[in-house]
Amino acid sequence: MCGIVGLFIKDPALEPELGRLTAGMLETMTGRGPDSAGFAVYGAGTDGRTKVTLRGTSDDAIRDTVLKIEKAFPDASATLHDTHAVVSIATGDSVRFDHWLTDECEDTEVVGRGNRMEIFKEVGLPADVAARFGLATMRGTHAIGHTRMATESAVTTDGAHPYSTGQDQCLVHNGSLSNHNNLRRELRREGMTFETENDTEVAAGYLTHRMHEGLSLGDALEVGLNDLDGFYTFVVGTENGFGVLRDGIACKPAVMAETDQYVAFGSEYRVLADLPGIGQARIWEPEPATVYFWER
Amino acid sequence: MPDIDLGVTSLRELNGALHKLPKDTNETHWVIENPAGQHAIAAGLDAPLNVEINGPVGYYCAGMNKLATVQIHGNAGVGVAENMMSGFVHVSGDASQAAGATGRGGLLRIDGNASSRCGISMKGIDIVVKGSVGHMSAFMAQAGHLIVFGDAGDALGDSIYEAQLFVRGDVKSLGADCIEKEMRDEHKTAVHDILAKAGFNGDVDPSEFKRYGSARQLYNFNVDHAGEY
Repeated sequence: MCGIVGLFIKDPALEPELGRLTAGMLETMTGRGPDSAGFAVYGAGTDGRTKVTLRGTSDDAIRDTVLKIEKAFPDASATLHDTHAVVSIATGDSVRFDHWLTDECEDTEVVGRGNRMEIFKEVGLPADVAARFGLATMRGTHAIGHTRMATESAVTTDGAHPYSTGQDQCLVHNGSLSNHNNLRRELRREGMTFETENDTEVAAGYLTHRMHEGLSLGDALEVGLNDLDGFYTFVVGTENGFGVLRDGIACKPAVMAETDQYVAFGSEYRVLADLPGIGQARIWEPEPATVYFWER
Repeated sequence: MPDIDLGVTSLRELNGALHKLPKDTNETHWVIENPAGQHAIAAGLDAPLNVEINGPVGYYCAGMNKLATVQIHGNAGVGVAENMMSGFVHVSGDASQAAGATGRGGLLRIDGNASSRCGISMKGIDIVVKGSVGHMSAFMAQAGHLIVFGDAGDALGDSIYEAQLFVRGDVKSLGADCIEKEMRDEHKTAVHDILAKAGFNGDVDPSEFKRYGSARQLYNFNVDHAGEY
């Protein structure tokens, strides 16, 4: 199972509603994924600054981490969200920050980074996870979310989606890959590291690797059709929009809706039912083995 | 005439009420509002009812239908009218994957497009699609008729048994053991009769359709055909 939601706003007037609408969509997908939930929100960015989303082992742990960061990087600012913190650092400090974090805060995970992207994920029912992080009050241009019913690996926060695939990029997945162990071995030989036994992490790593080789995200998804064996619907968040790809036989469901105000994705139509103007929206299912992108 | 708002009444209450109706009920006309894509609406009916659903439905709407007419004024999710036994299901919009899957009888009409695997493993149902059907439609189809006004996607009729397929537009590719066959008079009559039942009163010419069916080469395993699987 697993449920995916995505909302890409075209009309800036709707941007303050992004979090509220996404939270509703995520909760509707509880039946498809009650084990864990996560989401990426693309909010405001500042030139010259990078947002790093960090996850601690508890809300106390992340608070301690943030205090240490503020001492070591007086220029940094942080917003706490339950077990996560979004830390804004000068982009020039990125490398130094990473080294410092590895040395000083070994229990703190980097969930994602970018100019605009923030990623939050935890174990629990989607409505609870959304409430803990305050999703309903977040604003931005687009968001993707995931509710997980675990099949290929354990119910842990590490196994929750989205997975970051690079700066301002992340991936959510419905389905399961059958060649992820082989692919993980191959990617490890290429020097990549993996934190979990999860198949989606491998797909995210695969895309990252292909893009390091010089492919665009769209091209990386295209070649992935040959290299990723299994069934999948992927939704990929980028700085300016999101992409959708289904496997060649379209095993996993996907419904999309478009109006003048937004493009929305759901594993099932129910996800879209409460969106404004849905009665007049163009509704369709994305074709298999076809890469779609919406950007602005 | 019961008028049920699924924003107020629970799906379980609605389906429970429909299932309790005796076959000779006088309360035959039901209208359902606000379906909002919920699953299994009006599934398992077993009485000559006329159920009208105003809005989009989720998975398995009118599944296992017997005797009833179910009209969906909107799109339908996965498996609409799956395993239908008899009756009539009419979707005014598009249908998702596996429409009419495993259906044993009755008639399914879809006015928009049907997605992949339309009529998969159909066993006697008749399906009429005014738009196009997606890939792997009529996979392992055993009996019944699939009539498509538009085009068919990849691998139409893969591993087909004795269902008969009629497509007016283009077929992207045929599946294993599915071939084009001659459209004889008895097939034109069959298409005409099904279209008449589906409410197309002579405004579609059956001779515009091409017929596809089984080459009957995959019925028994033959090592020479191993490459075809």
